[in-house]
Amino acid sequence: MTDPLNACIEQHRNYKSPGSINSVGWTKPQRVVLASENDPLHLDCGARIAPVTVEFETYGNLSSLKDNAVFILHALSGDAHAAGWDADWKKDKRPWRNKKPGWWDNMIGPGKAIDTDRYFVICANLLGSCYGTTGPWEINTKTGKPYGLDFPVVTVEDWVRLHVRLQDYLGIDKMLAVIGGSLGGQQALAWAMNYPERINSAVILAASARLGAQGLAFNAVGRQAIINDPCFRNGQYYGHEPPSEGLEVARMLGHITYLSSESMEGKFGRSFQDGNRPCYRLDKEFTVESYLEHQGRAFVRRFDANSYLYLTRAMDYYDAAGSTGGDLTAACSSIKAKLLIIAYTSDWLYPPQSTREVAEAILANNKPVSYIEIPSNYGHDAFLLEYAQTGPMIESFLMRRD
Amino acid sequence: MNNIQRWDHELIFQYIEPGSSVLDLGCGSGELLARLIKDKQVRGQAVETDPLRVSEAIQNGTAVYQKDLDLGLEEFNSKSFNYVVLEKTLQVLYRPMLVLEEMLRIGQVCFISFPNFSYKGVVEKFIQTGRMPVTASLPHQWHDTPNIHLFTLYDFLDWLSDYRVEMVEGIAYDGKNVRSMALPEDSSEAEELLFVLRFDQER
Repeated sequence: MTDPLNACIEQHRNYKSPGSINSVGWTKPQRVVLASENDPLHLDCGARIAPVTVEFETYGNLSSLKDNAVFILHALSGDAHAAGWDADWKKDKRPWRNKKPGWWDNMIGPGKAIDTDRYFVICANLLGSCYGTTGPWEINTKTGKPYGLDFPVVTVEDWVRLHVRLQDYLGIDKMLAVIGGSLGGQQALAWAMNYPERINSAVILAASARLGAQGLAFNAVGRQAIINDPCFRNGQYYGHEPPSEGLEVARMLGHITYLSSESMEGKFGRSFQDGNRPCYRLDKEFTVESYLEHQGRAFVRRFDANSYLYLTRAMDYYDAAGSTGGDLTAACSSIKAKLLIIAYTSDWLYPPQSTREVAEAILANNKPVSYIEIPSNYGHDAFLLEYAQTGPMIESFLMRRD
Repeated sequence: MNNIQRWDHELIFQYIEPGSSVLDLGCGSGELLARLIKDKQVRGQAVETDPLRVSEAIQNGTAVYQKDLDLGLEEFNSKSFNYVVLEKTLQVLYRPMLVLEEMLRIGQVCFISFPNFSYKGVVEKFIQTGRMPVTASLPHQWHDTPNIHLFTLYDFLDWLSDYRVEMVEGIAYDGKNVRSMALPEDSSEAEELLFVLRFDQER
């Protein structure tokens, strides 16, 4: 069997050119104001927020019946740039987009599993994130300063409520499908539960009805690293040195939870950074250390620490059965969409057993569901890496017309 | 088409009413359900334990839930399907009794097919060779067979009477022809069997 990680790198090489027949080509982010003072967005925390700008991208064409829209839901560190090559990377000061295509480019494009010759694909950045949609980094019109920690706490359900406004703005009554992994999978579930009339089907990858205590604990430590960074300044660090050290540690910690014990052994083992014997020093010695540091450093160049606080908090709060006293079967009774639910055997952030609970709750409502546990050593990251296994299933699932 | 593999498949397909609901246990690649969805507009759900088969069944357009049948089927409500299908799977299960009980609980009508170990072709081969019989419907060597609970027509009939299960129809296949059984049946004449069962009493 080919190594999915190498296959992934290989494919990126193949799709290097925006001119490739399998690439959506050059893309441009679009921005739209979806909440104004007269029509603010009501949030679960009780606050109302306005104005709200949403950055989104679209690929392919909306059919005349408007029945071919597929909404891609991104995870914690994602953005609206799901496929293709950002033509505006210089203008928008996003140099990290110069050398690689969108985050799910191996799934989205002409002739790919989510075929842009067939579907109108939409992806939007989340409220509270830092890629064009309103977030803590933006100027609060009431104070004239960046929101910082005055930004309201947002939830997965708030994101969906906002993205329904985007659906309305695009003139789509019913989405053919919503598809997301991890935190995106939880959005897909929230779409299915809260807006059953607005979607035809949903694909949930590597996600469950709620994050377990271990996941909550990792998020808490990540936030502490940021908050305790001397540069944090209670969230008002804009215009100063940002709390990069803290964010870097948070990302390193996050990365451990995205991998698995097997994949770390396979990729790094106990190999030394320099040569094959210890240098008797406390600085980076093992390759796994430099890998994590590399991931951390790359992340701080492209992510806002406050956004990390807000998005991990939304991940913590999400509980699909929160409004039904923990009864997930009752919570799923509103679902009308066809569901494809995919778990990965070595995912310990959202373990298969927790993902299976969602499928069980659908079945307990006498509704059909597809649920599969894909054998993979790649941990939580498998939802991005195992596209060769996942792609054909999503492709045929989208074509089902029953 | 391989007859020994498909004769029961065809009869089940014909028996099922259009627009009904069908639960297919151990669905393999989901061909039966895919056909029923396409031609008879059934509400279908399949269950399969092998992830490769699950993936194929999803690609065949069926709703398939990955689960090991031996773990039970608690997530399915009682009498929630018109039909429950178990094609040539009972003999590979660790807990065949549990799965039979679950089928009777979940379905109004159950289809169960299996190879008959008292078929003359099996018994003769066993006596003549003194080795575990390898036949068209039992094609595996003793060491690589998935069949861990082989049984006979009479074993199955005992279970039906113990559980007071109503036999709607019993169909025997002798390797060439299909015929409806009239009990008492000569157990040695059937290579494979298909039962249509009904179980309405509350247990």
